[in-house]
Amino acid sequence: MGACDGCHAAGLNLADATKLHTRQVRTVAIVGPPNSGKSTLFNQLTGLRQKVANFPGVTVEHRIGRAKIAEDREICLVDLPGVYSLLPRSEDERVTRDVLAGHMDGIARPDAVLLILDSTNLARHLTLAAPILSLGLPTLVILNMADELRSRGGVLNTDALAHQLGAPVTLVSAIEGEGLEAVHDFLSGAIAVPAPLDLPAMHDLPGCRQWAGQVGRRASYRPPAPPVWTHRLDAVFLHALAGPLILAAVVLVVFQAMFTGAKPLMDGIQWVIAGSGGWLERTMPDSVVRSLLVEGVWDGVGSVVVFLPQILLLFLLLGVLEDSGYLARAAVIADRTMARVGLQGKSFIPLLSAYACAVPAVLAARTIENKRDRIATILIAPFMTCSARLPVYTLVIAAFLPEHPLLGVLVGTRATALIGLYVLGFLAAFATAKLLKSSILKSEPTPFLLEMPPYRWPTLRSIGLRLVDRAKVFLRRAGTVILVVAVVLWALAHLPLVNGHAPPIEESLIGTMGRTLEPAIRPLGFNWKIGIGLISSLAAREVIVSTLGTIYGMENGASSHDLEAAIRADLSLGGAVALLVFFAFAMQCFSTVAVVRRETGGWKWPALQFAYMGCLAYVGAFAANQLVQRLL
Amino acid sequence: MTFNKQRRVRRRHGGDGAASTLVELRRGEQGVLDHIDLPPEAGRRLMELGFVPGSLITAAGCAPGGDPRVFRVDGSEVALRRETAAFLKLRHSVAPPE
Repeated sequence: MGACDGCHAAGLNLADATKLHTRQVRTVAIVGPPNSGKSTLFNQLTGLRQKVANFPGVTVEHRIGRAKIAEDREICLVDLPGVYSLLPRSEDERVTRDVLAGHMDGIARPDAVLLILDSTNLARHLTLAAPILSLGLPTLVILNMADELRSRGGVLNTDALAHQLGAPVTLVSAIEGEGLEAVHDFLSGAIAVPAPLDLPAMHDLPGCRQWAGQVGRRASYRPPAPPVWTHRLDAVFLHALAGPLILAAVVLVVFQAMFTGAKPLMDGIQWVIAGSGGWLERTMPDSVVRSLLVEGVWDGVGSVVVFLPQILLLFLLLGVLEDSGYLARAAVIADRTMARVGLQGKSFIPLLSAYACAVPAVLAARTIENKRDRIATILIAPFMTCSARLPVYTLVIAAFLPEHPLLGVLVGTRATALIGLYVLGFLAAFATAKLLKSSILKSEPTPFLLEMPPYRWPTLRSIGLRLVDRAKVFLRRAGTVILVVAVVLWALAHLPLVNGHAPPIEESLIGTMGRTLEPAIRPLGFNWKIGIGLISSLAAREVIVSTLGTIYGMENGASSHDLEAAIRADLSLGGAVALLVFFAFAMQCFSTVAVVRRETGGWKWPALQFAYMGCLAYVGAFAANQLVQRLL
Repeated sequence: MTFNKQRRVRRRHGGDGAASTLVELRRGEQGVLDHIDLPPEAGRRLMELGFVPGSLITAAGCAPGGDPRVFRVDGSEVALRRETAAFLKLRHSVAPPE
């Protein structure tokens, strides 16, 4: 999003100068407590024109995007972290305060603020209004969830509230897109901003809360009736017996849907890739370029892109669970289990995100205030079965395990094996957490506090936007890291040239590398081809699939060779199980290493993590191979 | 830090009939918060979620197994572990509504 970079840079250099000449708003910050609908509003205003960025020097993430306010005018919106107050207790709050005060290096002081509060819980959310309004920036107070306030019989006089606050107030429903005209009017300067009132200076929360209560009363605020349906649903979802059963069923459905639901789409993509690869091969003359294009680029990237539907399906289901409010209930149910290994329910959300990808999980661990709990969560997150492992698991399971129905039609043998691998990663994570929390990361227990939002219908738009974002990240990775690895591997497999032709794969550079590694991995049941795969998967786990595709495809002289059959013929059952165990434990992901280094502020933790997980993977795979050989 | 101590919280119901901490509230019962017996950091987190001295708190449901428990305070629901709830001292208990 180059244009937004531009507007950001312009804001940095020219903000003050521009402000003197025109009243045009350039950078606007969105501030609000967690669960107030900040992100929904941001998505409504910016749509797809947004990106995630990091503040310089700190680990706090923010999103910036462009909002069109007139035919030829755009402004830059900055979505700040959710905060309850501006007391600089956590990094999130310090960043929010610094940005709003113009003390954040590289970010110009915003020209205006959109303060978004939950109208169904106004009195408490208004506590944030006093510190924000006393900053003196032009501020629009946006009271969100107007639809819910109405339907549950809440009442509010917005004019009276605006008078009390000395700032324009508008009721919206960000999720329905209702009332957003007022926000557009404010952004384009059509709403007059009164001179800020002198609000009482307050530095303690009880004081702010008391003031907020008074303001609410003067604005004749009548809170809505309690959410009856939420209480009814909680009686079921948190029921002593039904609660855990429903949670288990939800997890099962998510995994089964990923494995069978995504199948037709994946088959479709595979068909397109194979077809177009074959067409390329037929139309181009036989040359090194054709070989590079078809066997290197097309097959390599294609064998990873094929997993896009599965990954998107996972994010879709996680998105529905999160937006509906069920994830908070799951965290409450999981808290006791987390407490047993010294962690807390707050670690549950990062660890659950780690099932999609460890990188967002490591970032999500920021919500854990206790530093040692946070590092422990970061260190165990990569054990959770991320979506990059799925291609490997899927391939090996499909190659070695025939599909039979178990438990009727609900779950098959392959899904069961997959769940087993999820459990394996989970157990490794928890054993490691226990180890860390009873040794180097021992700490005082932190109180577990979790706000339980009312249940809501998830909307297609907000989940859709996140899916588009995920798809972009995944395809960008396939288009860069994986493309580079595919081309390098193709080169390694085709060099050195013998009489102008590629050598047999055993004599190529990569064959030599694999053979050098073979003695070390033979006890695990791996041959040199798997060795090559392991080397290449250091960049990203799923790369092993495309590598094996290249290796087996080349060896048999046909790129469309069935990979599953090739692996079945080449690998023993012990080796296959060992490969699965190795991938469950090893930290083969460059992105995760990089993000852990950034989040923990040094190489110490990522180095320890990489070494620990690598040793565990080797020992685990060795044990698995030996066990299978003895037993079968 | 007192927070680390594992203290058994005795139910005082049947004695003088009043719950003295949040954890002693039975489902549906209400109490008014007097003070939070935790370090300032933890206390502030609780206050941000609505546990301000003087606020009316209702005990709602709980997780399977009875821990953590869910409390209604200031228009929202917050889950707390029993070990934490034991440090939220009440002024007096109010009979459940109805």
